[in-house]
Amino acid sequence: MQVGRFVHDRLLPIGTILLVIVLAWYVAAYAMNAPFQRDTDRRAGVTPTSSEFLVKTMSQPKPTMPAPHQVVENLWKNTLTVKPWSKRSLVYHAWITLSATLSGFAMGTALGVLIAIGIVHIPALDRSFLPWIIASQTIPILAIAPMIIVLLSAIGITGLLPKALISTYLSFFPVAVGMVKGLRSPDVLHLDLMRTYSANKVQTLWKLRIPASVPFFFTSMKVAIAASLIGAIVGELPTGAVAGIGSKLLAGSYYSQTIDIFAALIAGSIVAILLVTLVDLAGRFVNARMGARQP
Amino acid sequence: MNPVISAQNLDLTFTTNDGPVHALSDITLDIDKGEFVSLIGPSGCGKTTLLRVIADLEQPTGGSISVNGMTPEQARIHRAYGYVFQQAALFPWRTIADNIALPLEVMGIAAAERATRVRDNMALVDLMGFENKFPWQLSGGMQQRASIARALSVQPDMLLMDEPFGALDEIVRDHLNSQLLKLWAKTQKTVVFVTHSIPEAVYLSTRIVVMSPRPGRIHSIIDCNLGADRPLDIRETPEFLAIAHQVREGLREGHSYEG
Repeated sequence: MQVGRFVHDRLLPIGTILLVIVLAWYVAAYAMNAPFQRDTDRRAGVTPTSSEFLVKTMSQPKPTMPAPHQVVENLWKNTLTVKPWSKRSLVYHAWITLSATLSGFAMGTALGVLIAIGIVHIPALDRSFLPWIIASQTIPILAIAPMIIVLLSAIGITGLLPKALISTYLSFFPVAVGMVKGLRSPDVLHLDLMRTYSANKVQTLWKLRIPASVPFFFTSMKVAIAASLIGAIVGELPTGAVAGIGSKLLAGSYYSQTIDIFAALIAGSIVAILLVTLVDLAGRFVNARMGARQP
Repeated sequence: MNPVISAQNLDLTFTTNDGPVHALSDITLDIDKGEFVSLIGPSGCGKTTLLRVIADLEQPTGGSISVNGMTPEQARIHRAYGYVFQQAALFPWRTIADNIALPLEVMGIAAAERATRVRDNMALVDLMGFENKFPWQLSGGMQQRASIARALSVQPDMLLMDEPFGALDEIVRDHLNSQLLKLWAKTQKTVVFVTHSIPEAVYLSTRIVVMSPRPGRIHSIIDCNLGADRPLDIRETPEFLAIAHQVREGLREGHSYEG
Protein backbone atom coordinates (compact mmCIF):
# COMPACT_ATOMS: atom_id res chain seq x y z
CA MET A 1 0.00 0.00 0.00
CA GLN A 2 2.64 2.46 1.17
CA VAL A 3 5.05 1.28 -1.53
CA GLY A 4 2.31 1.45 -4.16
CA ARG A 5 1.54 5.04 -3.26
CA PHE A 6 5.23 5.94 -3.29
CA VAL A 7 5.61 4.49 -6.78
CA HIS A 8 2.47 6.18 -8.01
CA ASP A 9 2.92 9.61 -6.37
CA ARG A 10 6.68 10.04 -6.52
CA LEU A 11 8.54 7.59 -8.70
CA LEU A 12 6.20 7.66 -11.69
CA PRO A 13 6.05 11.44 -12.26
CA ILE A 14 9.75 11.98 -11.55
CA GLY A 15 10.70 8.97 -13.68
CA THR A 16 8.59 10.22 -16.58
CA ILE A 17 10.30 13.61 -16.57
CA LEU A 18 13.70 11.93 -16.31
CA LEU A 19 12.87 9.76 -19.32
CA VAL A 20 11.84 12.80 -21.35
CA ILE A 21 15.03 14.63 -20.39
CA VAL A 22 17.25 11.66 -21.30
CA LEU A 23 15.49 11.24 -24.68
CA ALA A 24 15.77 14.96 -25.47
CA TRP A 25 19.40 14.82 -24.39
CA TYR A 26 20.15 11.96 -26.82
CA VAL A 27 18.45 13.80 -29.65
CA ALA A 28 20.40 16.96 -28.82
CA ALA A 29 23.66 14.98 -28.57
CA TYR A 30 23.09 13.51 -32.01
CA ALA A 31 22.14 16.84 -33.57
CA MET A 32 25.06 18.74 -32.06
CA ASN A 33 27.75 16.12 -32.62
CA ALA A 34 26.70 15.21 -36.19
CA PRO A 35 28.39 18.13 -38.07
CA PHE A 36 31.79 17.39 -36.51
CA GLN A 37 31.37 13.68 -37.15
CA ARG A 38 30.47 14.28 -40.82
CA ASP A 39 33.55 16.46 -41.18
CA THR A 40 35.81 13.82 -39.63
CA ASP A 41 34.36 11.05 -41.78
CA ARG A 42 34.78 13.08 -44.96
CA ARG A 43 38.43 13.76 -44.20
CA ALA A 44 39.06 10.13 -43.37
CA GLY A 45 37.24 9.18 -46.57
CA VAL A 46 34.80 6.78 -44.92
CA THR A 47 31.08 6.56 -45.57
CA PRO A 48 29.45 4.93 -42.55
CA THR A 49 25.93 3.52 -42.58
CA SER A 50 23.43 5.63 -40.65
CA SER A 51 23.49 3.28 -37.64
CA GLU A 52 27.31 3.35 -37.56
CA PHE A 53 27.14 7.12 -37.84
CA LEU A 54 24.69 7.30 -34.93
CA VAL A 55 27.01 5.24 -32.74
CA LYS A 56 29.97 7.45 -33.70
CA THR A 57 28.16 10.65 -32.67
CA MET A 58 27.63 9.10 -29.27
CA SER A 59 31.21 8.05 -28.68
CA GLN A 60 33.42 11.01 -29.54
CA PRO A 61 36.25 11.60 -27.04
CA LYS A 62 35.55 15.36 -26.89
CA PRO A 63 31.96 15.75 -28.06
CA THR A 64 30.23 19.11 -28.35
CA MET A 65 27.43 17.56 -26.35
CA PRO A 66 28.27 14.36 -24.49
CA ALA A 67 25.65 11.63 -24.55
CA PRO A 68 24.10 10.57 -21.23
CA HIS A 69 25.81 7.18 -21.18
CA GLN A 70 29.22 8.84 -21.69
CA VAL A 71 28.58 11.04 -18.66
CA VAL A 72 27.37 8.10 -16.61
CA GLU A 73 30.43 6.09 -17.64
CA ASN A 74 32.71 8.99 -16.66
CA LEU A 75 30.92 9.37 -13.32
CA TRP A 76 31.23 5.65 -12.69
CA LYS A 77 34.92 5.60 -13.56
CA ASN A 78 35.75 8.67 -11.46
CA THR A 79 33.81 7.68 -8.37
CA LEU A 80 33.84 3.91 -8.07
CA THR A 81 36.98 2.74 -9.83
CA VAL A 82 39.46 5.16 -8.27
CA LYS A 83 40.39 5.66 -4.63
CA PRO A 84 38.09 8.30 -3.14
CA TRP A 85 41.06 10.39 -1.91
CA SER A 86 42.89 10.41 -5.25
CA LYS A 87 42.85 13.65 -7.20
CA ARG A 88 41.02 11.97 -10.06
CA SER A 89 38.09 10.98 -7.91
CA LEU A 90 34.93 13.06 -8.06
CA VAL A 91 34.28 11.96 -4.49
CA TYR A 92 37.45 13.79 -3.45
CA HIS A 93 36.44 16.94 -5.33
CA ALA A 94 32.87 16.74 -4.07
CA TRP A 95 34.21 16.44 -0.52
CA ILE A 96 36.38 19.57 -0.97
CA THR A 97 33.35 21.51 -2.19
CA LEU A 98 31.08 19.98 0.45
CA SER A 99 33.35 20.98 3.32
CA ALA A 100 33.38 24.60 2.13
CA THR A 101 29.61 24.43 1.58
CA LEU A 102 28.88 23.10 5.05
CA SER A 103 31.14 25.52 6.91
CA GLY A 104 29.78 28.42 4.87
CA PHE A 105 26.23 27.22 5.46
CA ALA A 106 26.79 26.93 9.20
CA MET A 107 28.23 30.45 9.38
CA GLY A 108 25.55 31.85 7.08
CA THR A 109 22.73 30.28 9.07
CA ALA A 110 24.14 31.55 12.35
CA LEU A 111 24.63 35.02 10.87
CA GLY A 112 21.13 35.02 9.36
CA VAL A 113 19.52 34.04 12.67
CA LEU A 114 21.48 36.69 14.56
CA ILE A 115 20.52 39.37 12.04
CA ALA A 116 16.87 38.32 12.23
CA ILE A 117 16.85 38.42 16.04
CA GLY A 118 18.41 41.88 15.88
CA ILE A 119 15.92 43.13 13.31
CA VAL A 120 12.93 41.82 15.24
CA HIS A 121 14.02 43.37 18.53
CA ILE A 122 15.68 46.65 17.53
CA PRO A 123 13.45 48.98 15.47
CA ALA A 124 16.48 51.00 14.31
CA LEU A 125 18.02 47.86 12.80
CA ASP A 126 14.71 47.02 11.14
CA ARG A 127 14.74 50.33 9.31
CA SER A 128 18.45 50.61 8.57
CA PHE A 129 19.59 47.05 7.96
CA LEU A 130 17.05 45.38 5.72
CA PRO A 131 17.62 47.56 2.60
CA TRP A 132 21.37 46.86 2.82
CA ILE A 133 20.79 43.14 3.16
CA ILE A 134 18.62 43.15 0.07
CA ALA A 135 21.14 45.32 -1.79
CA SER A 136 23.92 42.85 -0.87
CA GLN A 137 22.14 40.16 -2.86
CA THR A 138 21.82 42.24 -6.01
CA ILE A 139 25.60 42.18 -6.53
CA PRO A 140 26.45 39.31 -8.92
CA ILE A 141 28.34 36.71 -6.92
CA LEU A 142 30.53 35.99 -9.94
CA ALA A 143 31.82 39.56 -9.73
CA ILE A 144 32.44 39.67 -6.01
CA ALA A 145 33.84 36.15 -5.53
CA PRO A 146 37.26 36.80 -7.17
CA MET A 147 37.60 40.00 -5.16
CA ILE A 148 36.99 38.17 -1.90
CA ILE A 149 39.49 35.45 -2.84
CA VAL A 150 42.17 37.95 -3.90
CA LEU A 151 41.65 40.27 -0.93
CA LEU A 152 41.78 37.42 1.57
CA SER A 153 44.81 35.81 -0.01
CA ALA A 154 46.55 39.19 0.19
CA ILE A 155 46.24 39.01 3.98
CA GLY A 156 47.29 35.37 3.97
CA ILE A 157 43.93 33.63 4.18
CA THR A 158 43.60 30.88 1.60
CA GLY A 159 42.05 27.46 1.27
CA LEU A 160 38.69 26.60 2.74
CA LEU A 161 37.79 29.86 4.48
CA PRO A 162 37.49 32.22 1.48
CA LYS A 163 35.19 29.76 -0.32
CA ALA A 164 33.17 29.25 2.86
CA LEU A 165 32.80 33.01 3.19
CA ILE A 166 31.29 33.24 -0.29
CA SER A 167 28.86 30.50 0.74
CA THR A 168 28.10 32.49 3.89
CA TYR A 169 27.45 35.57 1.79
CA LEU A 170 24.86 33.71 -0.27
CA SER A 171 23.24 31.67 2.50
CA PHE A 172 22.73 34.22 5.29
CA PHE A 173 20.16 36.09 3.20
CA PRO A 174 17.35 33.51 2.89
CA VAL A 175 17.82 32.59 6.57
CA ALA A 176 17.68 36.22 7.70
CA VAL A 177 14.57 37.01 5.65
CA GLY A 178 12.83 33.74 6.58
CA MET A 179 13.65 34.09 10.27
CA VAL A 180 12.45 37.71 10.46
CA LYS A 181 9.13 36.42 9.17
CA GLY A 182 9.23 33.39 11.48
CA LEU A 183 10.13 35.34 14.63
CA ARG A 184 7.25 37.69 13.89
CA SER A 185 4.81 34.85 13.19
CA PRO A 186 3.38 34.36 16.74
CA ASP A 187 -0.12 35.82 16.93
CA VAL A 188 -1.00 38.75 19.15
CA LEU A 189 -2.87 36.40 21.48
CA HIS A 190 0.28 34.43 22.30
CA LEU A 191 2.29 37.62 22.75
CA ASP A 192 -0.41 39.00 25.08
CA LEU A 193 -0.29 35.75 27.01
CA MET A 194 3.45 36.07 27.57
CA ARG A 195 2.87 39.66 28.67
CA THR A 196 0.33 38.58 31.31
CA TYR A 197 3.12 36.36 32.68
CA SER A 198 5.43 39.40 32.69
CA ALA A 199 7.83 37.41 30.55
CA ASN A 200 10.94 39.35 29.54
CA LYS A 201 12.19 39.62 25.95
CA VAL A 202 14.61 36.73 26.25
CA GLN A 203 11.89 34.44 27.62
CA THR A 204 9.46 35.50 24.89
CA LEU A 205 12.14 34.90 22.28
CA TRP A 206 13.11 31.54 23.66
CA LYS A 207 9.73 30.11 24.58
CA LEU A 208 7.53 31.66 21.89
CA ARG A 209 9.28 33.33 18.95
CA ILE A 210 11.92 30.68 18.28
CA PRO A 211 9.61 27.63 18.51
CA ALA A 212 7.08 29.45 16.30
CA SER A 213 9.77 30.16 13.71
CA VAL A 214 10.96 26.55 13.32
CA PRO A 215 8.96 25.78 10.13
CA PHE A 216 10.26 29.03 8.57
CA PHE A 217 13.78 28.10 9.70
CA PHE A 218 13.83 24.81 7.83
CA THR A 219 12.22 26.23 4.69
CA SER A 220 14.83 28.99 4.49
CA MET A 221 17.64 26.56 5.29
CA LYS A 222 16.64 24.48 2.26
CA VAL A 223 17.17 27.52 0.05
CA ALA A 224 20.31 28.50 1.95
CA ILE A 225 22.08 25.17 1.65
CA ALA A 226 21.56 25.08 -2.13
CA ALA A 227 22.86 28.66 -2.32
CA SER A 228 25.85 27.65 -0.18
CA LEU A 229 26.81 24.95 -2.68
CA ILE A 230 26.61 27.43 -5.56
CA GLY A 231 28.75 29.83 -3.53
CA ALA A 232 31.39 27.19 -2.85
CA ILE A 233 31.54 26.16 -6.53
CA VAL A 234 31.79 29.76 -7.69
CA GLY A 235 34.45 30.35 -5.02
CA GLU A 236 36.55 27.56 -6.50
CA LEU A 237 36.65 29.09 -9.98
CA PRO A 238 39.17 31.90 -9.33
CA THR A 239 41.45 29.84 -7.07
CA GLY A 240 43.33 28.45 -10.05
CA ALA A 241 41.34 25.25 -10.21
CA VAL A 242 43.16 23.30 -7.52
CA ALA A 243 40.40 21.10 -6.17
CA GLY A 244 36.65 20.89 -5.90
CA ILE A 245 33.69 20.59 -8.23
CA GLY A 246 34.25 24.15 -9.44
CA SER A 247 37.86 23.36 -10.37
CA LYS A 248 36.72 20.29 -12.31
CA LEU A 249 34.32 22.52 -14.26
CA LEU A 250 37.07 25.02 -14.99
CA ALA A 251 39.67 22.39 -15.92
CA GLY A 252 37.11 20.70 -18.14
CA SER A 253 36.50 23.90 -20.05
CA TYR A 254 40.27 24.64 -20.36
CA TYR A 255 40.89 21.31 -22.04
CA SER A 256 37.51 20.95 -23.80
CA GLN A 257 36.76 17.88 -21.69
CA THR A 258 33.02 18.23 -22.08
CA ILE A 259 32.34 14.84 -20.57
CA ASP A 260 34.26 15.87 -17.44
CA ILE A 261 32.25 19.09 -17.23
CA PHE A 262 28.98 17.26 -17.38
CA ALA A 263 30.11 14.63 -14.91
CA ALA A 264 31.17 17.37 -12.50
CA LEU A 265 27.82 19.11 -12.99
CA ILE A 266 25.93 15.91 -12.25
CA ALA A 267 28.11 15.26 -9.20
CA GLY A 268 27.32 18.78 -7.97
CA SER A 269 23.60 18.20 -8.49
CA ILE A 270 23.72 14.94 -6.57
CA VAL A 271 25.44 16.69 -3.67
CA ALA A 272 22.78 19.45 -3.80
CA ILE A 273 19.92 16.95 -3.80
CA LEU A 274 21.46 15.09 -0.87
CA LEU A 275 21.93 18.29 1.12
CA VAL A 276 18.41 19.60 0.50
CA THR A 277 16.96 16.17 1.32
CA LEU A 278 18.96 16.06 4.52
CA VAL A 279 17.63 19.46 5.63
CA ASP A 280 14.13 18.38 4.67
CA LEU A 281 14.39 15.18 6.73
CA ALA A 282 15.78 17.09 9.70
CA GLY A 283 12.83 19.49 9.39
CA ARG A 284 10.31 16.65 9.33
CA PHE A 285 11.93 15.03 12.34
CA VAL A 286 11.91 18.26 14.36
CA ASN A 287 8.33 19.05 13.32
CA ALA A 288 7.16 15.63 14.41
CA ARG A 289 8.91 16.07 17.75
CA MET A 290 7.14 19.41 18.14
CA GLY A 291 3.74 17.79 17.83
CA ALA A 292 2.91 18.71 14.26
CA ARG A 293 -0.29 17.05 13.08
CA GLN A 294 0.50 13.88 11.17
CA PRO A 295 -0.84 14.01 7.60
CA MET B 1 -12.33 46.13 53.29
CA ASN B 2 -10.45 47.66 50.40
CA PRO B 3 -11.68 46.60 46.97
CA VAL B 4 -9.34 44.37 44.92
CA ILE B 5 -10.02 46.33 41.78
CA SER B 6 -10.94 49.97 41.94
CA ALA B 7 -11.55 52.08 38.83
CA GLN B 8 -12.29 55.80 39.08
CA ASN B 9 -13.59 57.77 36.06
CA LEU B 10 -11.61 55.54 33.72
CA ASP B 11 -11.32 56.75 30.12
CA LEU B 12 -9.68 55.15 27.12
CA THR B 13 -9.55 56.54 23.60
CA PHE B 14 -7.81 54.56 20.86
CA THR B 15 -6.16 56.53 18.10
CA THR B 16 -6.83 54.79 14.81
CA ASN B 17 -6.40 55.75 11.18
CA ASP B 18 -10.13 56.50 11.04
CA GLY B 19 -9.86 58.96 13.92
CA PRO B 20 -10.21 58.44 17.68
CA VAL B 21 -12.38 55.63 19.06
CA HIS B 22 -13.84 56.23 22.50
CA ALA B 23 -13.66 52.72 23.94
CA LEU B 24 -14.19 53.47 27.64
CA SER B 25 -15.91 56.48 29.12
CA ASP B 26 -16.13 57.40 32.80
CA ILE B 27 -15.96 53.89 34.20
CA THR B 28 -16.21 53.79 37.97
CA LEU B 29 -16.29 50.32 39.48
CA ASP B 30 -15.14 48.61 42.67
CA ILE B 31 -14.75 44.85 42.87
CA ASP B 32 -14.27 43.19 46.26
CA LYS B 33 -12.26 40.13 47.09
CA GLY B 34 -14.06 36.88 46.33
CA GLU B 35 -16.67 38.43 44.06
CA PHE B 36 -17.68 36.95 40.73
CA VAL B 37 -18.37 39.95 38.52
CA SER B 38 -19.58 39.63 34.95
CA LEU B 39 -19.17 42.36 32.37
CA ILE B 40 -21.96 42.02 29.83
CA GLY B 41 -22.87 44.07 26.79
CA PRO B 42 -23.05 44.09 23.00
CA SER B 43 -19.85 44.08 20.96
CA GLY B 44 -18.08 47.43 21.02
CA CYS B 45 -19.19 48.26 24.57
CA GLY B 46 -15.63 48.06 25.88
CA LYS B 47 -16.07 45.04 28.16
CA THR B 48 -12.97 43.31 26.81
CA THR B 49 -11.07 46.61 26.80
CA LEU B 50 -11.92 47.14 30.48
CA LEU B 51 -10.63 43.64 31.28
CA ARG B 52 -7.47 44.35 29.30
CA VAL B 53 -6.94 47.60 31.22
CA ILE B 54 -7.18 45.68 34.50
CA ALA B 55 -4.62 43.22 33.09
CA ASP B 56 -2.29 46.03 31.93
CA LEU B 57 -2.69 44.96 28.31
CA GLU B 58 -4.10 48.42 27.46
CA GLN B 59 -3.23 51.79 28.95
CA PRO B 60 -6.12 54.08 30.02
CA THR B 61 -5.99 57.65 28.74
CA GLY B 62 -7.80 59.12 31.74
CA GLY B 63 -8.95 58.39 35.28
CA SER B 64 -7.27 56.01 37.66
CA ILE B 65 -7.31 52.31 38.38
CA SER B 66 -5.74 50.18 41.07
CA VAL B 67 -5.40 46.42 41.27
CA ASN B 68 -4.56 44.97 44.68
CA GLY B 69 -3.75 48.55 45.73
CA MET B 70 -1.09 48.79 43.00
CA THR B 71 -1.04 50.07 39.46
CA PRO B 72 -2.09 47.42 36.92
CA GLU B 73 1.52 47.21 35.73
CA GLN B 74 2.86 46.46 39.21
CA ALA B 75 0.04 43.97 39.70
CA ARG B 76 0.97 42.25 36.44
CA ILE B 77 4.63 42.12 37.44
CA HIS B 78 3.57 40.65 40.81
CA ARG B 79 1.50 38.10 38.85
CA ALA B 80 -1.67 39.08 40.65
CA TYR B 81 -4.00 37.53 38.09
CA GLY B 82 -4.46 34.67 35.67
CA TYR B 83 -5.88 35.64 32.29
CA VAL B 84 -8.07 33.34 30.19
CA PHE B 85 -8.57 34.40 26.59
CA GLN B 86 -11.47 33.70 24.28
CA GLN B 87 -9.33 31.14 22.47
CA ALA B 88 -7.36 28.60 24.46
CA ALA B 89 -4.11 30.06 23.01
CA LEU B 90 -2.15 26.91 23.80
CA PHE B 91 1.27 26.66 22.17
CA PRO B 92 0.86 23.96 19.50
CA TRP B 93 4.41 22.67 19.95
CA ARG B 94 3.97 22.00 23.67
CA THR B 95 2.12 19.09 25.23
CA ILE B 96 -0.82 19.91 27.50
CA ALA B 97 1.31 19.43 30.61
CA ASP B 98 4.07 21.63 29.17
CA ASN B 99 1.53 24.29 28.23
CA ILE B 100 0.25 24.41 31.79
CA ALA B 101 3.85 24.60 33.02
CA LEU B 102 4.64 27.55 30.71
CA PRO B 103 3.85 30.41 33.15
CA LEU B 104 5.67 28.50 35.89
CA GLU B 105 8.77 28.24 33.69
CA VAL B 106 8.57 31.97 33.03
CA MET B 107 8.30 32.61 36.77
CA GLY B 108 11.36 30.45 37.39
CA ILE B 109 9.63 27.87 39.58
CA ALA B 110 11.65 24.70 40.23
CA ALA B 111 10.85 21.59 38.20
CA ALA B 112 9.53 19.52 41.13
CA GLU B 113 7.11 22.26 42.21
CA ARG B 114 6.10 22.73 38.57
CA ALA B 115 5.24 19.06 38.22
CA THR B 116 3.10 19.15 41.40
CA ARG B 117 1.18 22.23 40.30
CA VAL B 118 0.63 20.88 36.79
CA ARG B 119 -0.73 17.64 38.21
CA ASP B 120 -3.01 19.39 40.72
CA ASN B 121 -4.46 21.80 38.20
CA MET B 122 -4.98 19.15 35.55
CA ALA B 123 -6.95 17.18 38.12
CA LEU B 124 -8.93 20.32 38.99
CA VAL B 125 -10.15 20.78 35.41
CA ASP B 126 -10.61 17.05 34.89
CA LEU B 127 -7.86 16.52 32.31
CA MET B 128 -5.92 13.68 33.93
CA GLY B 129 -4.44 11.32 31.36
CA PHE B 130 -3.99 13.99 28.68
CA GLU B 131 -0.59 15.25 29.93
CA ASN B 132 1.35 14.14 26.87
CA LYS B 133 -1.22 14.98 24.22
CA PHE B 134 -0.68 17.92 21.92
CA PRO B 135 -3.40 20.62 21.78
CA TRP B 136 -4.74 19.55 18.37
CA GLN B 137 -5.52 16.13 19.80
CA LEU B 138 -8.03 17.68 22.24
CA SER B 139 -11.53 19.03 21.66
CA GLY B 140 -12.21 22.76 21.92
CA GLY B 141 -13.74 22.39 25.38
CA MET B 142 -10.78 20.39 26.66
CA GLN B 143 -8.37 22.95 25.22
CA GLN B 144 -10.20 25.73 27.04
CA ARG B 145 -10.09 23.71 30.27
CA ALA B 146 -6.34 23.32 29.77
CA SER B 147 -6.04 27.08 29.37
CA ILE B 148 -7.97 27.59 32.62
CA ALA B 149 -5.63 25.12 34.35
CA ARG B 150 -2.73 27.13 32.94
CA ALA B 151 -4.14 30.35 34.40
CA LEU B 152 -4.75 28.66 37.75
CA SER B 153 -1.26 27.14 37.94
CA VAL B 154 0.10 30.63 38.66
CA GLN B 155 -2.02 30.47 41.86
CA PRO B 156 -3.40 33.96 41.35
CA ASP B 157 -5.94 35.54 43.70
CA MET B 158 -7.81 36.81 40.69
CA LEU B 159 -9.01 35.31 37.42
CA LEU B 160 -9.68 37.56 34.44
CA MET B 161 -11.73 35.70 31.85
CA ASP B 162 -12.50 37.13 28.43
CA GLU B 163 -15.47 35.22 26.95
CA PRO B 164 -13.67 31.95 27.70
CA PHE B 165 -16.59 29.79 26.59
CA GLY B 166 -17.78 31.99 23.71
CA ALA B 167 -16.45 29.70 21.01
CA LEU B 168 -17.92 26.51 22.49
CA ASP B 169 -21.25 24.81 21.90
CA GLU B 170 -24.03 25.11 24.47
CA ILE B 171 -23.69 21.64 26.00
CA VAL B 172 -19.97 22.04 26.64
CA ARG B 173 -20.56 25.58 27.84
CA ASP B 174 -23.14 24.46 30.44
CA HIS B 175 -20.76 21.83 31.70
CA LEU B 176 -17.84 24.24 31.97
CA ASN B 177 -20.05 26.87 33.63
CA SER B 178 -20.98 24.54 36.47
CA GLN B 179 -17.35 23.41 36.76
CA LEU B 180 -16.20 27.00 36.95
CA LEU B 181 -18.76 27.74 39.64
CA LYS B 182 -17.55 24.80 41.73
CA LEU B 183 -13.99 25.93 41.23
CA TRP B 184 -14.84 29.43 42.33
CA ALA B 185 -16.69 28.17 45.43
CA LYS B 186 -13.71 25.96 46.31
CA THR B 187 -10.92 28.49 45.74
CA GLN B 188 -12.66 31.76 46.71
CA LYS B 189 -10.87 33.62 43.95
CA THR B 190 -12.02 36.97 42.63
CA VAL B 191 -13.32 36.48 39.08
CA VAL B 192 -13.96 39.12 36.45
CA PHE B 193 -15.79 37.48 33.59
CA VAL B 194 -16.60 38.99 30.19
CA THR B 195 -19.57 37.51 28.35
CA HIS B 196 -22.36 38.39 25.98
CA SER B 197 -24.63 35.61 27.20
CA ILE B 198 -27.31 36.67 29.70
CA PRO B 199 -27.95 33.18 31.17
CA GLU B 200 -24.24 32.63 31.59
CA ALA B 201 -23.81 35.95 33.41
CA VAL B 202 -26.80 35.38 35.72
CA TYR B 203 -25.85 31.79 36.42
CA LEU B 204 -22.25 32.56 37.39
CA SER B 205 -22.14 36.01 38.92
CA THR B 206 -22.60 37.70 42.25
CA ARG B 207 -22.82 41.02 40.40
CA ILE B 208 -23.48 41.85 36.76
CA VAL B 209 -22.12 45.01 35.15
CA VAL B 210 -24.27 45.94 32.15
CA MET B 211 -22.33 47.99 29.62
CA SER B 212 -23.45 49.93 26.57
CA PRO B 213 -21.52 50.94 23.47
CA ARG B 214 -20.20 54.07 21.75
CA PRO B 215 -18.70 55.25 24.00
CA GLY B 216 -18.27 52.14 26.16
CA ARG B 217 -19.73 52.89 29.59
CA ILE B 218 -21.46 51.25 32.53
CA HIS B 219 -25.24 51.34 32.18
CA SER B 220 -26.15 49.65 35.42
CA ILE B 221 -24.87 47.19 38.00
CA ILE B 222 -27.24 44.39 38.99
CA ASP B 223 -26.87 42.29 42.14
CA CYS B 224 -27.31 38.61 41.60
CA ASN B 225 -27.96 36.93 44.97
CA LEU B 226 -28.77 33.41 43.96
CA GLY B 227 -26.65 31.91 46.72
CA ALA B 228 -23.56 29.76 46.50
CA ASP B 229 -25.25 26.49 45.52
CA ARG B 230 -26.44 26.78 41.94
CA PRO B 231 -27.50 23.63 40.11
CA LEU B 232 -27.95 24.05 36.36
CA ASP B 233 -31.76 23.98 36.59
CA ILE B 234 -31.73 27.08 38.78
CA ARG B 235 -32.00 28.76 35.40
CA GLU B 236 -35.69 27.92 35.24
CA THR B 237 -36.57 29.47 38.64
CA PRO B 238 -38.51 32.78 38.83
CA GLU B 239 -35.64 34.47 40.73
CA PHE B 240 -33.22 33.61 37.97
CA LEU B 241 -35.60 34.74 35.24
CA ALA B 242 -36.31 38.01 37.07
CA ILE B 243 -32.62 38.90 37.16
CA ALA B 244 -32.19 37.82 33.54
CA HIS B 245 -35.10 40.09 32.62
CA GLN B 246 -33.50 43.00 34.48
CA VAL B 247 -30.22 42.44 32.60
CA ARG B 248 -32.05 42.24 29.27
CA GLU B 249 -33.90 45.49 30.02
CA GLY B 250 -30.61 47.15 30.91
CA LEU B 251 -29.03 45.99 27.65
CA ARG B 252 -32.00 47.23 25.64
CA GLU B 253 -31.97 50.67 27.28
CA GLY B 254 -28.24 50.97 26.81
CA HIS B 255 -28.59 50.12 23.17
CA SER B 256 -31.50 52.51 22.39
CA TYR B 257 -29.19 55.41 23.32
CA GLU B 258 -27.87 55.41 19.77
CA GLY B 259 -31.30 56.17 18.35
